[in-house]
Amino acid sequence: MDNSSGVLPVEQVKKSFYQESTNKYTGIGAWLLTKDHKRIGLMYMYAIISFFVVGAIIGLLMRLELLSPGGKLFSAQTYNSLFTLHGVIMIFLFIIPGIPAIFGNFFLPIQIGARDVAFPRLNLLSWYVYITGAILALTSLFLPGGPIDTGWTFYIPYSVRSGTNVSLALFAAFVLGFSSILTGINFVTTVHRLRGKGMTFFKMPLFVWATYATAWIQIIATPVIAITILLVIIERAFGVGIFDPALGGDPILFQHLFWIYSHPAVYIMILPAMGVVSEIIPTFSRRTIFGYKQIAYSSLAIAFIGYLVWGHHMFSSGQSDLSNMIFSLLTFLVALPSGVKIFNWVATMYKGSIDPQPPFLWVMSFIVLFSIGGLTGLVLGSLATDIHLTDTYFVVAHFHYVMFGGTGTIFIAAMHYWFPKMFGKMYNIKCANVAVVLYFIGFNMLYFPKFIMGYMGMPRRYYNYLPMYTPYQRISTYGSWILVGTIFFIIGYFVYAYYRGKKATSNPWGGVTLEWHIQSPPIMENFETLPVITHDPYDFSQLKEMKNE
Amino acid sequence: MSDHENVLDHKVHRDDVGAKMGMWLFLFTEVLLFGGMFLIYAVYRYQYPEQFHIAAMELNTNIGTLNTIILLTSSLTVALSIAALQKGNKLLSMIMLGTTIVLAVLFLVNKFFEWSTKFAHGIYPGSSILTSKPNGQILFFGLYYVMTGLHAIHVIIGMVILAFMLNFIKRNKVTTDNYVKLENSGLYWHLVDLIWIFLFPLFYLIQ
Ligand code: HEM
Repeated sequence: MDNSSGVLPVEQVKKSFYQESTNKYTGIGAWLLTKDHKRIGLMYMYAIISFFVVGAIIGLLMRLELLSPGGKLFSAQTYNSLFTLHGVIMIFLFIIPGIPAIFGNFFLPIQIGARDVAFPRLNLLSWYVYITGAILALTSLFLPGGPIDTGWTFYIPYSVRSGTNVSLALFAAFVLGFSSILTGINFVTTVHRLRGKGMTFFKMPLFVWATYATAWIQIIATPVIAITILLVIIERAFGVGIFDPALGGDPILFQHLFWIYSHPAVYIMILPAMGVVSEIIPTFSRRTIFGYKQIAYSSLAIAFIGYLVWGHHMFSSGQSDLSNMIFSLLTFLVALPSGVKIFNWVATMYKGSIDPQPPFLWVMSFIVLFSIGGLTGLVLGSLATDIHLTDTYFVVAHFHYVMFGGTGTIFIAAMHYWFPKMFGKMYNIKCANVAVVLYFIGFNMLYFPKFIMGYMGMPRRYYNYLPMYTPYQRISTYGSWILVGTIFFIIGYFVYAYYRGKKATSNPWGGVTLEWHIQSPPIMENFETLPVITHDPYDFSQLKEMKNE
Repeated sequence: MSDHENVLDHKVHRDDVGAKMGMWLFLFTEVLLFGGMFLIYAVYRYQYPEQFHIAAMELNTNIGTLNTIILLTSSLTVALSIAALQKGNKLLSMIMLGTTIVLAVLFLVNKFFEWSTKFAHGIYPGSSILTSKPNGQILFFGLYYVMTGLHAIHVIIGMVILAFMLNFIKRNKVTTDNYVKLENSGLYWHLVDLIWIFLFPLFYLIQ
């Protein structure tokens, strides 16, 4: 397969799904009332990227405030609202739904050889539920009472006492959780019912495995946060006292319930990203993935152990030493299946014929950033060091490296990998290569100084700081300009490619999973005749046959 | 081609096994939702055993028992309604479904009287009588209102769903050979019943 020909024009054989409506409407109605998983995936994409941009701009504003000590730009209260909003938007509207809702929707059915998800109508409903949740969250900003200022963790007792619109924002999170559950149910059922002929569980691409494991976490963990959120709302409305020590309740119980969900939620964020990595690395190494089964099982292992580590968010909350030690031990255990994945990926590249196209470069920057995040996670997972570092910038740096450097980077990698398939156009490879480098530099400038500041004692969530931190804060703010600038640059060349880009071939990267067997962009219902699967998912000997297809 | 292959190929847009699988998964999330509440109940019961004991005496076991009987019967009628439809007896199915809805209303009426007597005695969250009681009792009644209230909301949702089903059967959208919607609604109703089966002893019986 001649890979440099990624932008050769191909005759489009059949009408793509863009040109055919699933319903009797055309134009906007064909989108808003569609039951096609690909269109729904794209609708998620437009919404999610918009929220991401809003969140990033808020991040930029916060960094601007911290450019120099003195707190001149915003008041303390405004800063509180800003980081809360930034956290809520990035977590609930961007990173949790991100990869599963967009790429899961678009590619999961294709990769298992199905025409759609199991419940197409429910799929559309989940999108509307998601949008409703987002609108509620945004309305809470503008209603009297003011934007929430509790931090995205909504810790009791402040979240009960704060006069801001906490109830509405919480309800928004509840609604978003509902959307997440429905998507999870849809994916699990799809994988069980709609795998094509010959597509056994161990022939599924690893992205499907990861999305499948994620869907289970969504189903199992989300109801717990739902009830917790409801209880806080009830507490605010009626003062029942379940979390109020004055009435006998226990505020720590809130933290337990919150993290029983929110820690597995961390895996909701990272597992799909790991799935994408397991797709990209074999494709650009032209080698079957090393340790397919271990990677698949390690997803399940992460999903399972992930349930048992929530207490490591609470080392300083006053829970017993015994529980602290157990949670600490379990936390180290999660590092094992994650390590298994990293080693398998690296082993896959070994002796492969590596073709460093943009998606692959993004994955490389992911591996570095995510490793930094993961290793600093071990620092926080140890009791002794955590006591010193908890609630400092160290934590802020750690979770940005994991979530943004990890999942966020892979989100961008997935865009680069699948863009030609989704839109049938190819972006400018040179621009993409420049963007990776800029992104990597900006990212480290923005967040690495935060590790140092955290170690020196700079607490998180402060709108002002002592002059001793000034040089680090400066670098961090300059970094934020580079990083956010790069993000706009990326969006820019994608939009350009969408309108003006060259046509992409159906298989620009030489991938072998099912989505590369069909035309770009795919036709309605994906396949003319349903495929019968005979090969292993990453069997690159297929490439020759595919060329003749 | 087998049935399942037709489903895969979108020759038929109907997959009863899949639909039921989805419903079971959804019920699982409901169980977990209430699971969170049961967990909280367990924690506080463990912390304040005597207080919970004393507070539980104030609940009216008779009303509770009556409501248990009502809900159990309604589970039976909904099952009968499905069986009737499977046998092709549309009318009987509709009657049974109607009965289920009536029983659900009865349940709620009972609940309403039970709550309003409590209110009349000044036992509700934030009331001066309740807040003057020891902490364990405040929590008991707090949990009582939250959990039975959440359950009552589920009863109402269930009623609405069943009402839709009644309408669907009438308009032949749910029929003797396409009744998976009715089956799924029945499952939901059984869940509502099941949760009550746990709530009832926890609040009314263990004293
Ligand atoms: C786009 C560039 C971004 C910038 C410039 C940025 C910057 C910041 C800053 C300055 C803070 C406040 C630190 C403090 O004062 O404690 C913060 C907090 C936070 N950020 Fe970001 N961030 C960015 C992207 C992201 C992404 C992609 C995510 C999620 C995946 C994210 C998640 C969070 C969370 C959860 C918090 C904590 C909020 C809280 O304390 O309640 N950020 N970020």
